[in-house]
Amino acid sequence: MERPVILDCRGVWKLYGPQAKGFLEKHNGAPTDRELADGNIISAVRDASVEIRKGEIFVIMGLSGSGKSTLVRCLSRLVEPTAGEIRFEGNDLLAMSESELIHLRRKKMGMVFQHFALLPHLTVLQNAAFPLEVQGVNRRTREEKARQMIDIVGLTGREDYYPRQLSGGQQQRVGIARSLVADPDLWFLDEPFSALDPLIRREMQDEFLRLQSMLHKTIVFITHDFDEAIRLADRIAVMKGGRIEQTATPEELVLDPATPYVEEFTRHVPRAKVTKLRSIMSPGVPEGTYAGELSGNLTVADTVRRIDAATHPFKVTGEGGEAIGTVDARTAIDIMIGRAGA
Amino acid sequence: MTDGVHHHAESAQAPAPVFAAVPSVSRIFWIILFLITWALSTWSFALYKAFDARWIIRYPKNLEIPLDRWISNATNWLVEDLSFGLFTFRDFTRFISSLVEAPYDLTRSFLIEGFTIGQGQQALEVAPPLSWIAIIAIVVALALYAKDWALALLVGFCFSYLAIFGQWESAMVTLASVLIAVPIGVVGGLALGIAAYRMPAFERFLRPVLDLMQTVPVFAYLVPILVLFGFGPVAALIATVIYAMPPMVRISTVALRTVPEEVIEAGRMVGCRRGQLMWKVLVPTAMPSLMVGVNQVIMLSLNMVIIASMIGAGGLGYDVLTALRRLDIGGGIEAGLAIVVMAIALDRLSQAFAVRRVRPPGNSQMPFHKRHPVLTLVALITISTTLAGVYFPEFREYPANLTVTTGTFWNSAIEWININFFDAIEAVKTVLLNFLLLPVKRFFTGIPWAWGIVVVGLAAARICGWRLGMMAAVMTFFIAASGLWREAMTTIYLCSVSVLIASLIGIPLGIWAGQNPRANSIIGAMIDTLQTLPSFVYLIPVVMLFRVGDFSAMIAVVLYALAPAVRYAAHGIRSVDEELIEAGKVSGCTERQILWRIKLPLAAPSLLLGLNQTIMLAISMLVITALVGTRDLGQEVYIALTKANIGQGIVAGLSVAFIAIIADRVVTALARSSQQRLGLE
Repeated sequence: MERPVILDCRGVWKLYGPQAKGFLEKHNGAPTDRELADGNIISAVRDASVEIRKGEIFVIMGLSGSGKSTLVRCLSRLVEPTAGEIRFEGNDLLAMSESELIHLRRKKMGMVFQHFALLPHLTVLQNAAFPLEVQGVNRRTREEKARQMIDIVGLTGREDYYPRQLSGGQQQRVGIARSLVADPDLWFLDEPFSALDPLIRREMQDEFLRLQSMLHKTIVFITHDFDEAIRLADRIAVMKGGRIEQTATPEELVLDPATPYVEEFTRHVPRAKVTKLRSIMSPGVPEGTYAGELSGNLTVADTVRRIDAATHPFKVTGEGGEAIGTVDARTAIDIMIGRAGA
Repeated sequence: MTDGVHHHAESAQAPAPVFAAVPSVSRIFWIILFLITWALSTWSFALYKAFDARWIIRYPKNLEIPLDRWISNATNWLVEDLSFGLFTFRDFTRFISSLVEAPYDLTRSFLIEGFTIGQGQQALEVAPPLSWIAIIAIVVALALYAKDWALALLVGFCFSYLAIFGQWESAMVTLASVLIAVPIGVVGGLALGIAAYRMPAFERFLRPVLDLMQTVPVFAYLVPILVLFGFGPVAALIATVIYAMPPMVRISTVALRTVPEEVIEAGRMVGCRRGQLMWKVLVPTAMPSLMVGVNQVIMLSLNMVIIASMIGAGGLGYDVLTALRRLDIGGGIEAGLAIVVMAIALDRLSQAFAVRRVRPPGNSQMPFHKRHPVLTLVALITISTTLAGVYFPEFREYPANLTVTTGTFWNSAIEWININFFDAIEAVKTVLLNFLLLPVKRFFTGIPWAWGIVVVGLAAARICGWRLGMMAAVMTFFIAASGLWREAMTTIYLCSVSVLIASLIGIPLGIWAGQNPRANSIIGAMIDTLQTLPSFVYLIPVVMLFRVGDFSAMIAVVLYALAPAVRYAAHGIRSVDEELIEAGKVSGCTERQILWRIKLPLAAPSLLLGLNQTIMLAISMLVITALVGTRDLGQEVYIALTKANIGQGIVAGLSVAFIAIIADRVVTALARSSQQRLGLE
């Protein structure tokens, strides 16, 4: 079950202000709030450690000013961290030279931006092909690849449009196509849907999950929307004031918040939305009649109608598709309505 | 916006007693300062007589700093003696000349002269110049490509005007120098802009240099260019580039800096190298703003056309200048109008390119001439008419017997005005002279130099802090110590009268335009036209009607400096928060009360910024009015130019720049403090 770690980030700090680096060393790498204020230092990221595993959707969640955007920029080295260690597939990211970094970004990383960051002078097709153009791929090959990506994100027929002629949702589809055209392993999404209307946002989230089910990228997804986080994430890191408050699965976060701050967020989240069938099933599969099989990774909220409508319990399956337990309507409804003893 | 206003409302209540006390102290300070100045100005001459102390009104000759002589000597050494071992300084300037000269000659050959082998009488033409029909076809096609038929029609009309009214040859000489100066200015400006964007240290060095370049009057650097590069089109081109480049540098830096951070990050994340990031991401994204800079370079190059003709640029500018010197009204207006027409055509054309919408590429299956019908047609016209030019001169140049001249019309028009309205014009002139110009002149020129330094320092210190006060005092001392006190005071008097009148006319017009869309469209068009005119053109009709002297100079300056007063006033009125006006209406204000109690107070910072621009334009125009016989610093620079005296030119030029810099800093500080007071920042 445990997947290999792709991106390993330990004790990362990002401070802004006069002589930030020397400041950190002077305070033994761990200044207090008071010392930061006295030194005129603004701390964007403080002692952040995350491990991102192959093929997972890792969401970094926080309100504005929590340091989430700076952290993701440290992970991609768009911003130089003040201190800390970041390893990408075992290699020291911070020790890489400019040209190594360029090579890495060209081949292994892709990023989607909040405000799309499309180039206004290029068409949809040219924007999507831009990463390959920069790499010097010939026009025929790169446009062919770009067309495939445009097809995947559902913009076929608009290849010759300019960004300003597209709606926000369509522009972000171009942004997604561009970030995937070079077939990266690690995919950063910095609040990709925050600038969109709520209805479009929902549609794009579905689209995103559909893409991920096809592509199986390793994803670092930034958002300020807790609902979005629990909807998409395999694991979530909640940030506040530059620090990571808790890193856990959505289910753990809701059921067992580590700090009052996290609890504040999770209080109003219906448990059914995060509770997986795997965690409410009765283990073991006795002989009997079953209505069907459901994956243990599905949430109660997604499945409760089916379970309730059936006259028999369902089998719950594990990662390999084997039956590992059962779930009945009563248990599911208990979770759904928040009845104690579930 | 709303936040800011709230903020202000809260903060204004608490320290009310302090606020009430400050203005009265401030007012007393200003009143005392003015009274002392006025008294000294009035009685300085009497004081000098009473104490027999000539130094009171005149800076002692033996204490003057002979900076002008030092500069002249240094330049002589530079030109005559400096050698870098392998080559001398003079070789270096010759090398630069040849770099500019080659493409310029090529362009001239294309546009007017044709290509020849050999010299003088034996010259053998190998290829004719482009036919005038071809050139019109090309600009029309460019307009069509950039925008639409309406623009194509306008541009075609403008260029046909040049042909029909007999200005073609001069116009093409001017066009050739614009075609060379603009690319150099744009590329050089962009390169410096990029360097400033990449290296903050370089920008810190560049900013004051640009400030100075934009405030030193053009005439002042014509002199060294004349000495270094000699009289001729190359020197004129170099002066034009120096004059036209600074805004491009500024606009490039700002344009690159306003590219959204995310777009740059996107470029970095796809793995752009430094060069790729600049040329594939930053520059294309900043292109619309950069095109504004290109438009500026074009307009400034055209603005420079006449001035540059003083050091050897031919063409329309030369025609205007000679007409002005001969007092040939008709010829001057005709050539001047030709410059205007060309300016309008090039301005609209470059603006259209700035906002051009890229169209999707056509079907690549079709044959070339079907995909690009206009291009094909223009190519055909160009080749056929140019070849026809070899045999038929009427294709080469617009036939002379078909030209129309309006010269006599303008002559008789001016004559008619002068005969029929002489008394009226004279009456206005006399009244203004006696009751405004002369008293102000007496006041400023009467101020003893020593007190002048003190009062400028005190005033600047009061408004912008003691450091600027010190700087202003030192600058004023420099002017006095160069023996230019009287000239400087004349400049200030002409400038302040002109700015006063320009504001009195411009601000009400701007307020009107700001409140009334129809007035706005008319006034806006008027102001746009005024701004496309090269500064020199203003002189022509003014001299014809009012002859030479301070009054003519003032009228020309007012016309030239009017635009920013109108623009900023209109902008200030328009940008008042709609909610505040609604609040006024709900409180039962009449239209007049809304204007006086809400709109105008809130537009004050904008009005001050407009005032600043008006002053800057007035100062730059004042130097040019030296041609109509003012006795100010401009005249000093102009004399230096005719004598090719570098030192005198630069010292007088710097004096003008210092006046401009002091005025700029003081008015900007006033604008900023009024912005802060209103919580608009």
